[in-house]
Amino acid sequence: MASESPDREHAVAFTLNGESVRTRVPSRMHLGDLLRGSFGLTGVHLGCEHGVCGACTILVDGRAVRSCLILGVQADGATVETVEGLTESGRIKDLQDAFHTRNALQCGYCTPGMLVTAAELLADEEACSSRDDIRAAISGNYCRCTGYHAIVDAIAATAEARREAAK
Amino acid sequence: MKAPDFAYARPASLDAALALLAEHGTDAVPLAGGQSLVTALNMRLSAPGLLVDLNAIPGLAGVSEADGVVRIGAMTRHRDVGTALVRERLPLLAAALPHIAHPAIRNRGTIGGSVALADPATEWPACCLAAGATIVVQGPKAARRIAANDFFLGLYTTALEPGEIVTAIEFPVPGPDAVWGFEELSRRHGDYALVGLAATAKRGASGLTELRLAFFGVADRPVLAVKAAAAIEAGDVAGAKAALGDELDPPDDPVTKAATRLHLARVVLGRVAARMRDGSVSEEGHHGI
Repeated sequence: MASESPDREHAVAFTLNGESVRTRVPSRMHLGDLLRGSFGLTGVHLGCEHGVCGACTILVDGRAVRSCLILGVQADGATVETVEGLTESGRIKDLQDAFHTRNALQCGYCTPGMLVTAAELLADEEACSSRDDIRAAISGNYCRCTGYHAIVDAIAATAEARREAAK
Repeated sequence: MKAPDFAYARPASLDAALALLAEHGTDAVPLAGGQSLVTALNMRLSAPGLLVDLNAIPGLAGVSEADGVVRIGAMTRHRDVGTALVRERLPLLAAALPHIAHPAIRNRGTIGGSVALADPATEWPACCLAAGATIVVQGPKAARRIAANDFFLGLYTTALEPGEIVTAIEFPVPGPDAVWGFEELSRRHGDYALVGLAATAKRGASGLTELRLAFFGVADRPVLAVKAAAAIEAGDVAGAKAALGDELDPPDDPVTKAATRLHLARVVLGRVAARMRDGSVSEEGHHGI
């Protein structure tokens, strides 16, 4: 396995938005910086860079995580998806449409993190059964524009539409 | 918010990780989920020479039960602690789990990392104390088993020796007469606790016995309030609340005075003790004040 010996820089290979990628990354660089700097994925918004704001949330191996609290070198072997990948795949088109329809964003800085967090929540039907569930799920994503109500509306509407479609 | 320069290694075995820690001494730090450590690095509160990533070591994650003990591997993510087994056998832990930060943090952070860090405002150390857990650690030469009572020594300070790694936490399965309580107050759900309480006891015809009250967020470590527990067992709730004045040492910070935290600790004690005594063991879900 790569990276077994201590070094200040490592080679990494991982799946990024469905494609196999390889690069080298300094040990100290967090994954958010790697995705933005080396792969141009500027939908990974860096707000606080210490795990508080949630704007940099991405999916690693299918789970929502803070890209500022994972090292780039730790992506080695993982499956990484950003808001760009979720968008291109069409998996969150209904959610994005609901955000648009309900004005669930203003400046848009928090939006990628909100979408990724909501995407994980919506994938688990049981966890997304009430507005309280939604509020708890996005409690780690700061929005300073909307007051959250429209965001909760958009996620709840998407959950309801998906439930109806599944009937 | 960029981390200082450091070297990184991801050993493929526990032995290799222990060897790296032994070789590099206090300059090396184990990296578990990283949800506190990478924060500290980004804020340059910490500047280790080497991070030893434990994420590729097989066998350190997972929940299992044997011989009346539930064993939770140290690298079990917070979210993965919430198995059906834990919900059934260790409902105290299941109740504490949603209070740990936010979903994205729970997806990555680990119970072993939380216990080893020993942040005094966090949930798992108090749960370990309340539930009488045993912390299993592995050093370069031998494994040790340390009772939670003897593990948390102070602010971010534990009985771990340099070069040792937490490998698992073992919880005794409570008996049929066991009851538990959990309550946490924070300004927003997911924030660090202003005050929290994890508790276990046995309940019989005469009331609660073997009550263990583990407070967090009100001292430099999780605290077992022994005098308060004795007073509750004797049916003296007012005396128990008074005893907290001696037993807790809440921090004073710019937004919450020590006296406020002590008051809130008494509020929480009243709620938890009433629920444990009167039969409802379900959490009421007070997420804020």
